[in-house]
Amino acid sequence: MSQIGRAVYLTWDYTWSTLRTLWDVASHTFAKRDTVEYPDEMPYLAPRHRGRIVLTRDPEGNERCVACNLCAVACPTDCISLQKTEDETGRWYPEYFRINFSRCVYCGLCEEACPTYAIQLTPDFEMAEYNRQNMVYEKEHLLISGPGKYPDYSFYQVSGKAVSGRAKGEGLNEAKPVNVKSLLP
Amino acid sequence: MSSITANILNVVGILVFVVASAAMLTWVERRMLGIWQERYGPNRVGPFGILQVAADMIKLLMKEDWVPPFADRFVFVVAPTIAMFVVVAAYAVIPMAPGIGVIDLNIGLLFFLAMTSLSAYSVMFGAYASDNKYALLGGLRAAAQMLSYEVFLGLSLMGVVMLAGTFNLREIVLAQQEQWFVIPQFLAMLLFFIAGIAESHRTPFDLPEAEHELTAGFHTEYSGMKFGMFFIGEYVSVLLTASMMVVLFFGGWLGPVLPPLVWFLLKTSILVLLMILIRGALPRPRYDQLMAFGWKVMLPLAMINLVVTGVLVLV
Repeated sequence: MSQIGRAVYLTWDYTWSTLRTLWDVASHTFAKRDTVEYPDEMPYLAPRHRGRIVLTRDPEGNERCVACNLCAVACPTDCISLQKTEDETGRWYPEYFRINFSRCVYCGLCEEACPTYAIQLTPDFEMAEYNRQNMVYEKEHLLISGPGKYPDYSFYQVSGKAVSGRAKGEGLNEAKPVNVKSLLP
Repeated sequence: MSSITANILNVVGILVFVVASAAMLTWVERRMLGIWQERYGPNRVGPFGILQVAADMIKLLMKEDWVPPFADRFVFVVAPTIAMFVVVAAYAVIPMAPGIGVIDLNIGLLFFLAMTSLSAYSVMFGAYASDNKYALLGGLRAAAQMLSYEVFLGLSLMGVVMLAGTFNLREIVLAQQEQWFVIPQFLAMLLFFIAGIAESHRTPFDLPEAEHELTAGFHTEYSGMKFGMFFIGEYVSVLLTASMMVVLFFGGWLGPVLPPLVWFLLKTSILVLLMILIRGALPRPRYDQLMAFGWKVMLPLAMINLVVTGVLVLV
């Protein structure tokens, strides 16, 4: 008897779950579609979207990049290549700065490694090219005119970096250097 | 003379209609699955993507007509032809409306059952001729599945035959003028529907071509238009199952106000949509579950239905 009862129960259970599944799927008929038809309609990309890489300038309009090579070291695909040079005040800047976007995986590690917020990833992904060589971006392609995601940040004004002519913390608007040995804020 | 013209018009018209609407079903199915999965489906070629079929056809025709060197060439080529021929031939006995229908056989129902049985050969031939392990496994599954499900496909219809007292499909429709057979034969309708889905080996009974286990099952080695014929054959078979259900259980062309042909097509398309919905909703059972379901659940139910209907008809 219990076997028959179990068979009846299972039959009912399976039938019910099948019908409920059919109803649940059918109820999606008038649901809103998730698809964004991309070429016709641009999807919203968050500001933190990791797309085309740019080199930014500080609020005064100078290049932020100090050619420290940390981005090139952090890059897992070794697609960043740059050469350091100095100007007459002894400040470092890149002589050339080259990103091979056909190798880049847009991981954002270069952005995280950058001590001066110079290298930043932007919400732009439409970079397709017919010629692979056109995927190699030079400094003039990478450098933008503005400060990017951190409009008020200027490395030399907050970090206390000695350049020729002035010591740490002596520049205009420059904060005193952080005492890393102290626990006080 | 005019009757000959009418006959030719009937034959050609129904052939073109069946094959064309089976081709269109590929698009309908993809759009409907898209809707139920909250996406669009093919909507680029023509208005609402309706010309997707043409694009697919061009693609299939332009493909290399490849026969693998290890295949049994003759059988390999014949198999998709059988798949297509059998279902289209079975459609000949479907009475679509008064005066529309290729042929009125006294044994129309038996002809339909015979033709669906023959379609097992196309799958087995295709699988055997491919000389491929996936195809062979798919073919074995298809053979076992189609033979098992054919048993209660036939048995479930006998209740209808008892009530109507004929094997002639047109007379079966006319016998439903008082009451559609879906009411006294509801269980038989469910059994026939399940068996019909299994016969056209569609999800959830698509074990012969289960992608995840068997790549593409019996048509693994097929490409180009030979694959296309298997594909269209499957959709004609969907259409055939839906039409057959309409004829046997849902009163065929009978219905108020609208012209008979419209009623028939309306009912058929609702059932086709239901089959697509089932494909979109239900998962595939394991193979032993499929066999157990067929022999231990569906066959006894078909028997019970047969006996009860027999007793009720006698009393």
